Amino acid sequence: MIAPFEPAVVDKATTLETLLETPAGKRMMTCIQCGTCAGTCPYGEHMDFSPRLVINMLRGGFIDEVIKSDSLLRCVSCYACMAKCPRGIRLTDVLLPMVKEQVLVTQSAMPAEFQKSLENMHRYGNPMGESPRKRAAWTATAGTKIPLIAEVNREVDVLWFVDSYMSFYARGQDNGRATARLFNALGVDFAILGNEEKSAGECGQVTWESGLFESLAEYNVKLFNKYKFQRLVTGDAHAYNAFHFRYPMYGLTQPAEHTAQFFARHLDQLKPRLTRPLNLTVTYHDACCLGRAVGSYDEPRALLQAIPGVKLVEMVHNRVNSLCCGGGGGGMWLDTYYKQKGMERLSERRVKEAIATGADVLAVSCPYEISRFEDALKVIPHDKPIVVRDVAELLADSLAS
Amino acid sequence: MNLYVLLKMVPDTVEELNVATDGKSLDSEFLRFKLDDPDEHALEQALLLKEKHGGKVTVVALDAPEVDEVLFTALAKGADRAVKILVNQSGLGTVAAARVLADYFASASDKITSDTLVLPGSQAIDDLEGELAPSLAAALNLPFVGVVSGVTLAKEQAVVTKEFAGGLRGEFEVALPAVLGIQSAEKPPRYVPVAKVRAVMKSAKIETVDHTPPDRLIRLELDRMYKPEAAGRAQMLEGAPEGIADKLVEVLANNSVI
Repeated sequence: MIAPFEPAVVDKATTLETLLETPAGKRMMTCIQCGTCAGTCPYGEHMDFSPRLVINMLRGGFIDEVIKSDSLLRCVSCYACMAKCPRGIRLTDVLLPMVKEQVLVTQSAMPAEFQKSLENMHRYGNPMGESPRKRAAWTATAGTKIPLIAEVNREVDVLWFVDSYMSFYARGQDNGRATARLFNALGVDFAILGNEEKSAGECGQVTWESGLFESLAEYNVKLFNKYKFQRLVTGDAHAYNAFHFRYPMYGLTQPAEHTAQFFARHLDQLKPRLTRPLNLTVTYHDACCLGRAVGSYDEPRALLQAIPGVKLVEMVHNRVNSLCCGGGGGGMWLDTYYKQKGMERLSERRVKEAIATGADVLAVSCPYEISRFEDALKVIPHDKPIVVRDVAELLADSLAS
Repeated sequence: MNLYVLLKMVPDTVEELNVATDGKSLDSEFLRFKLDDPDEHALEQALLLKEKHGGKVTVVALDAPEVDEVLFTALAKGADRAVKILVNQSGLGTVAAARVLADYFASASDKITSDTLVLPGSQAIDDLEGELAPSLAAALNLPFVGVVSGVTLAKEQAVVTKEFAGGLRGEFEVALPAVLGIQSAEKPPRYVPVAKVRAVMKSAKIETVDHTPPDRLIRLELDRMYKPEAAGRAQMLEGAPEGIADKLVEVLANNSVI
């Protein structure tokens, strides 16, 4: 588990020039160049500048060379380097995003898919470029009432931040519908922001675009301040990451939880309602933003094991060693670029491990993974059928109808 | 080089477009505006020319919703000046807009010089005929080439590439100054980080130019605006998948598709 982000470590005004004077930067000076980061990086062999080298170039005053290269386009912000660093150096959330930000400023051309997604996020508040006015349209298909916070006109316990993939992506909406059913089954007092919500912007911050992240964070925090709620809950692991680490710097005062953490906290109330046996063998993929980033390895597993008839099996890489799906750090929109560079899609590497467990279901807790793993399963041969489901979808399946 | 890029705001089709109650215009309630795509390419082409030959890029736009952000974005990308002509673009019509722009270029501060290139986008979704560029060229009495997809500069002239149907390309020599309607830049429009745009918004200024709108509108009279009407010729096949497949084959065979 990674240490919490203390404001004293580095603040939002820190730049590459001032980094080495901050506590986080001073820690970088203690790097022993052991190379564990480079070895654990899922794309380390494709980088001209591995995390280890990035630290050394920064200390030596040669960081400009790293910025000129496109090496860090291959970083998927999976927290693997940071989780393994014996010196506790903040790579994934401090050093690497700062370097990436400068890469974006310096490089005149970005891969088209990636550029379009950033532009869409800026203009429409979602990476798909969908109309913001249709953001809450999916709720009509939920089969259960989903209150809008602007309409309930009082304080709610849970402000549910749905975010873009669950709002617009058809398979993401399955997770949204399942979450709504679970909230209602538990009698949770919740509401959503509806069309007012914009992407949390995690892939701004842990990626490239501090300006984009800031404009989205400022917008969303202003929106949060308009309403009264006790806690922020989201099923999007990347949004959770943003709320947990970064939004407090922009004025978020309420605690943030991922749905897996929220439901695990209510497991005693939830368990008696999980009455439909599913009779499935399930393997769980740790989302980087939920696993390595905050150490929530047990909550999703506890939820799965609470479902009658679920047998949980583990992949070769699990928990802190989990293998990223390749969607973080902007990787979600860099598949074509990776392919052009002859790099294997990490999602394909991962589903091979899932297939090897013999499981019926690959369970996930991050909305990126649904499309990434379903796509990977289309090209990786396997005899026994295996499907990708969010933990929330499986829980909702087990509710008595 | 003295490069002018003309930026025009057009309805954003990501939002669902609806016809207003007058039956002749777009419902403005949820309408949002974005920069016309070919104009974005015109800006990119101007920036590429500036990088190669030096000079100054000025972006010019008529007043429209969301135009300030577009002008600041152009400055963040590398334009040197941004000018907003205080004439409402809405309802003006393309030919009248060209007149306003021609007046602007007649002003003392922005006179056409011997090394001036004026680069509008070659068309817009509400100007599919691409009338703006030729109308402006005629008013300024300058040479014009439209649907341009590449510009190189030599002594006192530009060599421009124009695409024709069937994959043919033509190369034209155009004496400067000139108006070139840009279809696409040599490279895709660049990305500008939002942080840079936000910094420019704080530090840079948009110049404004007062102008009296033309007293007579010069435009086509629009009789009726409407959404595509369903022809009702769709045929729904029902039944079990095997049955549907058989019927489908039959329909395709009857219509000589297979």
